Amino acid sequence: MAETRFMTINMGPQHPATHGVLRIVLELDGEVIVKAVPHIGHLHRGIEKLAESKTYHQVIPLTDRMDYTNAMGNNLGYVLAVEKLLGIEVPKRAQYIRVMLAELQRIAAHLIWLGTHALDIGAMTMLLYNFREREEILRIFEEAAGGRLTPTYFRIGGLSKDLPEGIEKKIKSFVDDYPGHMKEYETLLTKNVIWLKRTKGVGFISKEDAINWGVTGPTLRGSGVKFDVRKAFPYSSYDEFDFDIPVGTVGDVYDRYTVRLREMEWSNAIVKQAMERMPKGPVISDNPWVALPPKEMVLKDIASLIRHFKIVSEGFQPPVGEVFSSVEASKGELAFYIVSDGSNRPFRLRIRTPSFCNLNALPKMIEGGLIADVISVIGSIDIVLGEIDR
Amino acid sequence: MGEMNTSVKKLEEKFPASIVEVKTFRDQVTVIVARKDIYEICKFLCSDLDLQYHYLTDLCGLDLFPETPRFTIVYQLYSMKHNQRLRLKAKVGESEAIASVESIWKVANWFEREAYDLFGIPFENHPDLRRLLLWDGYDGYPLRKDYPVEGPDFDKPFVPEV
Repeated sequence: MAETRFMTINMGPQHPATHGVLRIVLELDGEVIVKAVPHIGHLHRGIEKLAESKTYHQVIPLTDRMDYTNAMGNNLGYVLAVEKLLGIEVPKRAQYIRVMLAELQRIAAHLIWLGTHALDIGAMTMLLYNFREREEILRIFEEAAGGRLTPTYFRIGGLSKDLPEGIEKKIKSFVDDYPGHMKEYETLLTKNVIWLKRTKGVGFISKEDAINWGVTGPTLRGSGVKFDVRKAFPYSSYDEFDFDIPVGTVGDVYDRYTVRLREMEWSNAIVKQAMERMPKGPVISDNPWVALPPKEMVLKDIASLIRHFKIVSEGFQPPVGEVFSSVEASKGELAFYIVSDGSNRPFRLRIRTPSFCNLNALPKMIEGGLIADVISVIGSIDIVLGEIDR
Repeated sequence: MGEMNTSVKKLEEKFPASIVEVKTFRDQVTVIVARKDIYEICKFLCSDLDLQYHYLTDLCGLDLFPETPRFTIVYQLYSMKHNQRLRLKAKVGESEAIASVESIWKVANWFEREAYDLFGIPFENHPDLRRLLLWDGYDGYPLRKDYPVEGPDFDKPFVPEV
């Protein structure tokens, strides 16, 4: 009998299906994967180190650049952590606008996932449809915040400004049209034979393994664990919205696919509820030590001008202490751990990103499977290398 | 406040000698424990049927330079059963190592590699302790407080000889 020899091949870092600069060294027995070792760090920018030399407000733009498909969600996670450290309350209207935009961003992020995931497996039409809807969301962001991909719209204590007039109409038209678009996607994929063959029974991970490997988000819920930070530790008034957490049953690629589709529908429902119940009032806290004064006041009033100058140049000094605060980002649990030494800069800002842990579990999902399935599994855990490497 | 917490109470009963300090800030409980017992404590918290801290949400390093012992490893645990979080901390000196919890929670594999990569804290019994984000052969540990944010060689650009 001939001896068994394994072949080692290198997938990435420039492979189009690795969604960025991920390199996986695969050891193969024929077409079966014996061992997979991911190598990361090609996009490491040292955000945690950089944050230590910036004031608390200056860190917000850095968080946009972690998971660049979910910038609003990252902003939200960071500002909530700092607000918890400071112990300040955010006005109701700001909380609702935050929820509304974070959920729109979740839809946009899931649309990118759906488009690229389908593209990787060979269904190119999806991408074109998904980017059409995503464009509408980005236009809404542009009008509200001025930025499309990196809005930096949230501020510590509230929002940078109120929503512009007339934007409700655009959001409403998007929310009303969206269920129709979902039907289009489902017609193309959900019962498609090729799609089923590429996704059913592939990339399996059990409930216990998923928990032990620290998997979160839709990838965890695909395995049937009903855990969502929005329900477990409601933040930003999420407890006032009616929504459900969709879960899968077996934990394969197809389950993660259906979980994310249902999640998009719920996100749409949350946006609708936020629109209907939107409270009136200020959009930023009135705490003079933290919140920037409104621009009109800065131009007219010397005290506001001084306050603005002090907060922008010096920042504010939170009490000595440490907080851990997490949100449900589009990929899973995004957590910020801030240690404050009482100065105007974070002593340590630790960012626990969902894709980092989900990618750690990738070998568990692909070892023993076929090499062609690696691509569909990577697509299904929805990684963004920007937040893995930070 | 901290004494009311059942997890802390159980820990104090089981490991009276290893609990250094219990702190509460903004309703979050931090337990500082002795470095040498970290593996047993984590094992207990994860496997105890009452507590069930099955989830290691985060593990990270912290540099308190110039204090001694210099480093702290921070564990953020989550129990799905009680919907409760707990923060553990263990102090590690500059030339000391800490036991790996990779065999308890697989997710710790990369967390510990990252802490090793960016702080230079070695983990005992880790199956694959290599640098994670930076490349092999990188000089220095960037998240240490005495490492300049611009990098140590920012004013010495590398110019290849032609």
